[in-house]
Amino acid sequence: MPEKLNLNRVAMPKQEPKMRAGNFNEVALGYQAEDALAEARRCIQCKKRSCTQGCPVGVDIPEFILALRENKMSEAVKILKGKNALPGICGRVCPQETQCEEVCALGKKGAPIAIGRLERYVADWELAQPASSKPKPEIAPPTGKKVMVVGSGPAGLTAAADMAKRGHKVTIREALHVAGGVLMYGIPEFRMPKRIVQAEVDYVKSLGVEIKLDSVIGKIATVDEILADGYDAVFLGTGAGLPMFLRIPGENYNGIYSANEFLTRVNLMKAYLFPEYDTPLRVGKRVAVIGGGNVAMDAARCSVRLGAQEVYIVYRRSRTEMPARREEVENAEEEGVIFKFLTNPEKFYGDEKGWVKTMECVEMELGEPDASGRRSPVVKKGSEFKMDVDTVVVALGTTPNPLVPTTTKGLDTTKKGTVVADEASGKTTKSGVWAGGDVVTGSATVISAMGAAKRAVASMDAFLKGQ
Amino acid sequence: MYQIVTREDLTPEIHLFEIMAPDVAKKAQAGQFVVIRADDRGERIPLTIADWNRQKGTVTVVFMEVGKTTRKLATLKAGESIANFAGPLGLPTHIDKYGTVVCVAGGFAIATIVPIARAMKEAGNKVVSIMGFRNKNLMFWEDRLRQFSDELIVTTDDGSYGRKGVVTIPLKELLESGKEKVGLVVAIGPTVMMKFSSLTTQPFGVKTIVSLNPIMVDGTGMCGVCRVSIGGVTKFTCVDGPDFDAHKVDWDELMARQRTYLDEEKRSLELWKQSCSCGGKT
Ligand SMILES: Cc1cc2nc3c(=O)[nH]c(=O)nc-3n(C[C@H](O)[C@H](O)[C@H](O)COP(=O)(O)OP(=O)(O)OC[C@H]3O[C@@H](n4cnc5c(N)ncnc54)[C@H](O)[C@@H]3O)c2cc1C
Ligand SMILES: Cc1cc2nc3c(=O)[nH]c(=O)nc-3n(C[C@H](O)[C@H](O)[C@H](O)COP(=O)(O)OP(=O)(O)OC[C@H]3O[C@@H](n4cnc5c(N)ncnc54)[C@H](O)[C@@H]3O)c2cc1C
Ligand code: SF4
Ligand code: SF4
Ligand code: FES
Repeated sequence: MPEKLNLNRVAMPKQEPKMRAGNFNEVALGYQAEDALAEARRCIQCKKRSCTQGCPVGVDIPEFILALRENKMSEAVKILKGKNALPGICGRVCPQETQCEEVCALGKKGAPIAIGRLERYVADWELAQPASSKPKPEIAPPTGKKVMVVGSGPAGLTAAADMAKRGHKVTIREALHVAGGVLMYGIPEFRMPKRIVQAEVDYVKSLGVEIKLDSVIGKIATVDEILADGYDAVFLGTGAGLPMFLRIPGENYNGIYSANEFLTRVNLMKAYLFPEYDTPLRVGKRVAVIGGGNVAMDAARCSVRLGAQEVYIVYRRSRTEMPARREEVENAEEEGVIFKFLTNPEKFYGDEKGWVKTMECVEMELGEPDASGRRSPVVKKGSEFKMDVDTVVVALGTTPNPLVPTTTKGLDTTKKGTVVADEASGKTTKSGVWAGGDVVTGSATVISAMGAAKRAVASMDAFLKGQ
Repeated sequence: MYQIVTREDLTPEIHLFEIMAPDVAKKAQAGQFVVIRADDRGERIPLTIADWNRQKGTVTVVFMEVGKTTRKLATLKAGESIANFAGPLGLPTHIDKYGTVVCVAGGFAIATIVPIARAMKEAGNKVVSIMGFRNKNLMFWEDRLRQFSDELIVTTDDGSYGRKGVVTIPLKELLESGKEKVGLVVAIGPTVMMKFSSLTTQPFGVKTIVSLNPIMVDGTGMCGVCRVSIGGVTKFTCVDGPDFDAHKVDWDELMARQRTYLDEEKRSLELWKQSCSCGGKT
C-alpha cells in the first residue's frame, strides 16, 4: 500500500517535438518498469471502483493495477484481457480523460491515475514475451454454428474474437487488403504503431478466426446471400467510412483531399515511404486542415512530418468546442501546427492547371447553443479574407458507407445513414443480423465500438445456443 | 494471393491476365471493375473486368503498360500471383433494349467494350461497333468484337489498317447519315477519346454513356479521390459509376485530376527502371 498520497502522475516519456516532427515513429515512448511501478503505487485501490464504471467495457482497473504493482505481470494481462481484448490499442488511443481517468478518485485532488498508460505498459510487456510463454486462450468446444463478421475494425475484431472463444466458427470479411479498420488506415503510425494492430489481428486469427481480405460485402456477396449460404448469424462492423465534403465551390481542385484519402495514402499505403512504396502523395508548403477532431489533428501532424512548412487547423468554433483529445492538440501545437479558430472556408480558387491556390474564409462568432449543446458558430458579416494554400485536407467527419444497407433487405437505417440497432443487444431490424461500432453510432471511439461488439456477442451467443 | 492462370500479350504493350478469383467471377457483370495490387508495396489500381468464367472461377483483365504498376504487372508470368484483387466494384453497365447501340472503343478499352457489346446484343439490340488504334500493329480482338457486332468499323490513326483517322469520324458520319436510329452510344477509351466522342454525339441529342477512369484508391466510396462533376453535382466514380452520361461530364476537371501525380509517377517509374534487372524493358 502507498505510504503517502502522491497527487502527481509519472510523466510519459515522449520524443522531442523537433525530432518527432521529422519521423513517423511513435511519439509517446511508453513507461519503463520503474515508471509503471511508481504510477501504479499511487492508486489507492478504492472500494467504490468508480474508474471501472467510467470504462465503457468495465475493465477491472484496481485489480490489474494491483497485479502490476505486485509484479504479477501475467496476472495483470489476464485481468485486463478479461474485459478488453485490445489493451495495447485502447491504452494508446482511448479518450481516457473523459472516461476511466475522468472519474478516478484521485482526480478530485490531483492528477488521476494514468490508467491508459499502465494499460499500455502491461499490453506492451505481454507483446514482448516469447510466444511459447503465453498461455493458450480458452476456447469452448465447437458449437457447429457459423458466424460472419463484416469489417475488421475494433468492433469486428472484438466480435470475432469473443464469438470464436465461445466455440462458434467465425469468418471475417474485410473490404481492404489489410485487417484493422481505422486503426490501420486512419490513425497514423506515430500514434498507433501498425505492428501493435497486427499483433492483435494475429491474436484473433490464433483463435481460429478466418480473415478473408479484398471482400467488399454488398458486391462480392450480399448479407442475404451470406445467410442463405449457411451462416447462422452476421455481425456488421463496417464502420463509418464515407467522407463528408464541404460542398463549396472549387472543392474538386487538385490538392484538396478528404482526410480519409490523405490518411489512407499515408498510413495504409505508406506514402511517407514513397517511392519505396508505390503510392504517391503531394503535400505542399502550406497546408490547411479543415476540422477540429482527432482526424484533423492526425492529418495536420502527418503534414508536418511530410515536410510542409506551415500547417493550419481551420476550425469554425473555438478551442473549447474542439472534439479532439487534449493531449493530441497539445502534441500538434508542440509540433508547430497553427490553429485558426472561428474560421470557415467558403470557396477555393485554383491555378490554370487545376491546382488549389487560395482559400477564401469568413470569420465566425459563437451564438446560441445548438442541438449538441455547443455554441453554434455564425458568420461575422464582411469578414471575408483569403489564405494561400497548396494543400487542403477536409476532416469534417464521416458517415456509414451505404454499400451494405442498400443491398440488404429489411435492414433499417436512420436519416444519417447509420444502421438501426438495439443498444443493449446490437440486434438490427433484420433477423440473424447484429451491428455495432461506428456503423451504428456514427464516428465514435475504439472502445465504444468494442463495447457494442461485446454486447452483441452476448446476444448472438444466446441466440445461437437457443437455436 | 491471386494466381495468373493465363497470360496473353495482345500487343507489345497490352496484356491479358486471366486470374483465379472465384468469388469475383461469381458476381462479375459487364462494366464493373476490380482494384488490384501487384505486390506488398504496390499501389491499388483499378482495371475493368474484360471477361469472366464462373465455372472455372476466373476473371480476365486487360491492361496497358503506362507506369510503374502496369509495367511491374507486365513482368509477371502465368503461374505467378498478384497480391490483391478486389471486386466486382462499381455499378454494371445498364443493359436494356435501345434499338441500335453504337459501341465505340479505343486502345486497351476494346477488351472492356466486348462484354458490353455482348450483353447489348443478347438484349436484342443491333450493335454497331467502332474500334480505333494508333496503327495496325497495336490492333487486337477485331474478330472478338465482330462476333457481337452487326457491323464493325476499324480505324487507325495512320491508315495502316481499316479507315484512316480517329473513331469520331465514322461515328459522326453514322449519326449524320440517319441510316440507323441510334438509341445509345457507349464510348470507352482514353479520356480525350471519350470527351470527343461525347462532343460528337451531343449535337445529335443521342444518349451517350462513358466509363470514367479517374485516380482511385479504395474503390469502395471511402476516400473520395475518384470524385467527378456530373451536371454540376459531385459523384464518386467507384460507387456511382463508372458509367455516366457523357454530356454531363466536366471533362476538363477530370483531366486535370488525372494529372495530379504526373511528376511522382515519372520519378517512381524512372527509379524502378534503374533498379529492375530488365532495365524497364520487359
Ligand atoms: C483518423 C482517425 C483518428 C481517430 N482517433 C481516435 C482516437 O484517438 N481514439 C478513439 O477512441 N477513436 C479514434 N477514432 C475513431 C475510431 O477509430 C473509430 O471509432 C473505430 O475505429 C470504429 O470501429 P469500427 O470497428 O466500428 O469501424 P472501423 O474501424 O471503421 O472498421 C470498419 C471496417 O469495415 C470495413 N468495411 C466497410 N464496409 C465494408 C464492406 N462492405 N465489406 C467488408 N468490409 C467493409 C472497413 O474497410 C473497415 O476495415 C479515430 C478515427 C479516425 C478516422
Ligand atoms: C474504373 C477504371 C477502370 C480502368 N480500367 C482499365 C483497364 O481495363 N485497363 C487499363 O489498362 N487501364 C485501366 N484503367 C486505368 C488504370 O487504372 C491506370 O492505367 C493505372 O492505374 C496506371 O498505373 P501505373 O502505376 O502503371 O501508372 P502511373 O504512372 O502511376 O499512372 C499513369 C496514369 O494513370 C492514372 N492513374 C495512376 N494511378 C491511378 C490509380 N490509382 N487509379 C486510377 N488511375 C490511376 C493517372 O491518370 C496517371 O497519370 C482504369 C481506370 C479506372 C478508374
Ligand atoms: S479500455 Fe479505455 S476507458 Fe477502459 S480502462 Fe482502458 S483506457 Fe480506460
Ligand atoms: S479510482 Fe483511481 S485510485 Fe481508485 S482504484 Fe480506480 S484507478 Fe485506483
Ligand atoms: S476510389 Fe476512393 S472513393 Fe472512389
